[in-house]
This record gives sequence, structure tokens and C-alpha cells, in this order.
Amino acid sequence: MIKIKDLHKSYKMGSNSLHVLKGINFDVEEGELVAIMGSSGSGKSTLLNILGMLDLLDSGSYELDGVPIKDLDETKAANYRNKFLGFVFQSFNLINYKTALENVTLPLYYQGLKRKDREETALKYLDDVGLKEWATHLPSELSGGQKQRVAIARAMASKPKVLLADEPTGALDSKTSKEVMALIQQINKSGKTILIVTHEEDIAKMCSRIVRLKDGVIMEDKKNKMISAI
Amino acid sequence: MKRLFDKDTWQEIFGSIKKNRTRTIITMIGVLWGIFIYITLAGSSKGLDNGFERAFQSIASNSIFVWAQYTSLPYAGYKAERGIQLKLSDVDVLKKRVQGIKFIAPRNVAGVFGSAGGSIVRGTKTGTYSIYGEYPEYIKIATSKIYDGGRFINESDIKYERKVCVIGERTQLELFEEDEDPIGKFISINKMNFRVVGVHKFVQGGGFGDDGDIYIPFATFKKIFNTGENVNFFMIAADENVNGVRVEKEIKATLKEIHKIHPDDERAIAGFNLGEVFRKTMNFANGLTFLSLVVGITTILAGVIGIGNILLISVKERTKEIGIRRALGATPSEVRSQIILESVFLTTLAGVIGIILGSFVLYGINAATIDMTDFPYTNPTVPIPYVLGALGFMIILGTLIGIIPAQRAVSIKPIDALREE
Repeated sequence: MIKIKDLHKSYKMGSNSLHVLKGINFDVEEGELVAIMGSSGSGKSTLLNILGMLDLLDSGSYELDGVPIKDLDETKAANYRNKFLGFVFQSFNLINYKTALENVTLPLYYQGLKRKDREETALKYLDDVGLKEWATHLPSELSGGQKQRVAIARAMASKPKVLLADEPTGALDSKTSKEVMALIQQINKSGKTILIVTHEEDIAKMCSRIVRLKDGVIMEDKKNKMISAI
Repeated sequence: MKRLFDKDTWQEIFGSIKKNRTRTIITMIGVLWGIFIYITLAGSSKGLDNGFERAFQSIASNSIFVWAQYTSLPYAGYKAERGIQLKLSDVDVLKKRVQGIKFIAPRNVAGVFGSAGGSIVRGTKTGTYSIYGEYPEYIKIATSKIYDGGRFINESDIKYERKVCVIGERTQLELFEEDEDPIGKFISINKMNFRVVGVHKFVQGGGFGDDGDIYIPFATFKKIFNTGENVNFFMIAADENVNGVRVEKEIKATLKEIHKIHPDDERAIAGFNLGEVFRKTMNFANGLTFLSLVVGITTILAGVIGIGNILLISVKERTKEIGIRRALGATPSEVRSQIILESVFLTTLAGVIGIILGSFVLYGINAATIDMTDFPYTNPTVPIPYVLGALGFMIILGTLIGIIPAQRAVSIKPIDALREE
């Protein structure tokens, strides 16, 4: 599903250049649930941003589902993101003046679906995460776990090839974290490829593979016997 | 363009506008005020314009008064300070020599310029009124109306020196009973009986005259007041398409020649060019219209800049939201057009409300001034093309000003926007 070869990325900080990713080689098969671990500054978020086409790579190659991701301009990146990727963020990133349902319909709106189809699809995904009754509620009326579930529904609604989650449980207590991870595992079980950036060992252990980054290189990449979240 | 007619686009726009209701309303007031000022000012100056036109309608707008005074320069053996008397024979000379004269009405008057008026008696009622000796041409120049059932002085009145008269509205009120028809009745002017043939409705124009004036045939006047061939003043109408100032000049030059006055004597022959006054007044009104246009446009401009400013702040505040949208697949052009459409929508909505409010104010002014005939203010309106022009101008401005925040929104990198807390 994902093929990365010799990926380099550095940031210019004034006159200094900060080499963040120093030659990453990394393949993900379809249906894997991968945890990317590392301390802060290890480059794990940068890797996720490049995978999410929110950031550009300096050198190397990136292939997603057989499509080479290169020569990205903003419009092309936006279309790829919309078509291939679903995002889940630590801080949920729901639009606060839109209801749960409207938030879920947003990627479908950018896909150009008709209103009726959008709402039907969104409602189905909200139902999948168990929040059908909360469809007309604003994010401010939802708990952290509920918000993250809405965000997951939103990420899934556009039927992405890969789900990218950046510290999805970082803002949640351990009980809610487990519930959210259970949901992610359930989605993974249905065949979706998922990448999770985390620094929590517990969370990583709930994944089928753990990749450890340190100082911009992969230190360890091993299969993991997935622990069920609940 | 497709996006413009997409219901969902508007849904998105309403969503984000609703989110900041107070701020949106305050912003809109800026533009609303601009167009409101423009409509009110433009309508008011149009009302003034119409009012002036109405004030001048009683007199042909290219009419000229000419009268004689004392010379200021010696000439051809005559000393200065010589009194000049206009003569009836001047009419033919003027008609022959000056191009562009439509009508000349020689007029004599008793009761203005310090002379005694006519003392009028009817039964027990008496009064003193100004008496004018008139030719039929007068009514063609001064467009005073004669009430139904009556007539003005005609050629045969002059020819037979008839003792007929046209009285004013006030004269009628003061000499006749309320329900009495004055036509055909007799009044005594300086102890001579005159038959009333008409009543004129006086409309304030330029110069003198009032609603009590009595008009009698020129020839009759001559006999009663013993004025011979003398004429007090000429009232002249120039042809519609000629330069009134030129005609006035030539008339004066001709009269100076006839009466042996120094060509440079500015005092002996005096004139009052109503057309010129009319033109100047209309220029003043046009100036006001222009001023209202400038004030209106600059106020609209200020308002629209306010919208741009608010949208810039709004974009800044919504950095994260824009980042989320971008991450979910919004293309730069989608983000851009949303911001621009918000700007255009706010501007247009504010504009339409401003136009409606302005119209109400004009309606109110109209209702308040409709009965004030002395006040030069009639029918304040703004022509539809001006209104549409203003609206179009605002839409263009709204688009242009929207480009700035839209560009700002597009320049935000989704990754930076998402990082922002």
C-alpha cells in the first residue's frame, strides 16, 4: 500500500539546516495497523506529514497504492488527500460551529457528492462509531472520546485507502483511549490500512507492527502480537 | 462559476457568516451606511434639481428681461446721467436685427418701481394692485396659467383698446365672493369699468410680480396712464437652441445704438437673463449631484475596505478551520472562492439593505415636502441605472477587497494551520 524509499527531509532554520529524516525505507502492506513510535524530535510527525501530503519530501520516493506521489502542487495534494487519506488528529480538529454530522460530511462535500448522498453516508459512518444520536450536536456538546469518534467517522467517510492518526489518544484519559483504540482496531479488522503516530507503549502494543524512529532513522521495525484494546 | 450557483457553496458561506453574527452585522453596517448616504444624498440633490426646475417652469427658461436706466457715459454730444426711455418702435428694430428672438413682449406697469398702482373698486370692496399693460406674447413667455373659462389679452383687445382685464387669484379672492364666477363681471380701475376676461394662477418665477397683478391690454394702458409710445421693459424669449447670453448681448447693443448710448455704457440698458440664472442654478444642482456621488462612493469605499479588513481578521481567526478543510481535501481555489464569495455576499446584502433604507428616507422626505410649494424640492428620486451602478460598483469592490483575505487564506500551509492552537 505504501512504499517509501530513501526518504530525506530537512528544514532550514535560519542559516542552519535541520536534517529530520535521514533515509527512511519503509513499506506498509494493505490491512496493517502500524504504530510509529519515537520521542519528540525523532521525526515521526514529519514522516506522518509527508505520508499525509501535508509536507513535501526533499529526496526519495513515495508511492501510495501504486500511485507515485510526486510533483505535488497544492491543488493536486488536496485532491490526493481527499481521495486517498483520512486524518485523525490529537486535538480532534473538528470545526466548532458545525454539527457532528456536518463535520463528517465535509470531506464528501469536497469530493463533490450531492447533499442527500453526503448526509446519508455521513449518518452511516456516525452510526458505525456509535454516535448516530449525536448527529445534530455541536463538538462543544461532546466529550473528548465522542469528538475523536466523530473525527474518525469523518476520516472514514471519504473511504480513504489509508488512515493516518497523529497521537489519536494523546488528549484522552486511559479508559477513553482504550475505547478509541478498540474502534481503530475494529476498522483495521475490516481491512483498512492504518498508521498511528504515538509515544505510548500501551497504544503501540495494540497495533500489529511497531516502527521505532530515532534521530531520523528507523531503529527497529517489528511485527507485534496485537493486544485487543478492550 | 458553477460554484456560484451551487446551493452547497452558499450553505458553507452562511455557515461561516452565521458563526460570527455580531461581527458580520457590524461590518455590514459600514457598507450599508455608505450606500444609504449615497442614495439619500443623490435622491435629495435630485429633489432639489426637480424643485429648481419646477420653480423656473413658470417662465420660459431662456427668457430675458431688459429695461432702461440712466447713462453712465457721455456719448454723441449727450451728457452722462441721461434718462433713457424704451419705445414701442424698438420692438421692430430688435426683431429685425437680432437673430434668435422668439417673442418680444413690451410691458408697462403701474404699481412697481415706486409708481402708484391702480385703485380698484368693486361694489364695497376696494384695493390697490399693480396694473400691467400687456401684449398677447407675454403669456407665451411667462407660462402663467389662465384658469379654465377665462382667456388672456388678445390681438383684438389691443386693436380696439378694449377695457378688459385678467386678474390674479388673490384679486379674485379679495374682490369677489367665494362662489362667484368673476368672468364677465366688471371691476373699476381708476374709475373706469373693466370686464374681467380671465384669472391667472401665479407661479413664483424670477423677477417681480405677484398673485394680485392685473393685466390689461397694452393699448388701453397707454391711454389710461398716458404713456404714449413708452415701454417700461421688454420681456424676450430666445429660441430654444440659441445661446441666451449672446442674444442678451446683441439686444443690449442694438438698444444702445437706437438710443444713442455709448457702447461701453454698462448701466443705461439693464438686463436680467433668466436663462442664465436658470443655467447657473442647474449647474449648482448638478454640482450637488456630483458631490453626493463623490461622498457616496468614498463612503462605500470605506465600508468595503472595512469588510476586507474584517475578513482578514476572520481568516486569521479561522486559520485552523482552513487548515482542517485543506487537510480534508479543499483545493486552494475552493478556499479562495469561498472567502471572495463571503465578501461579495456581505457587500451586496449590505448594499441592498442600504438601498432599501435610503429609499424609505427619500419617501419620508418626499411625504414631508410634497405640500411645500415654496420650498424648491420635488420628487426626490435616484435613477435606477445609478442604483444598479452603485450595486455593481460594490460587487466589484467586494470581489477586489475579498481577494486580499482570500489570498491570505490560500497562503496558509495546512500543516502550519493544523499546528496552530
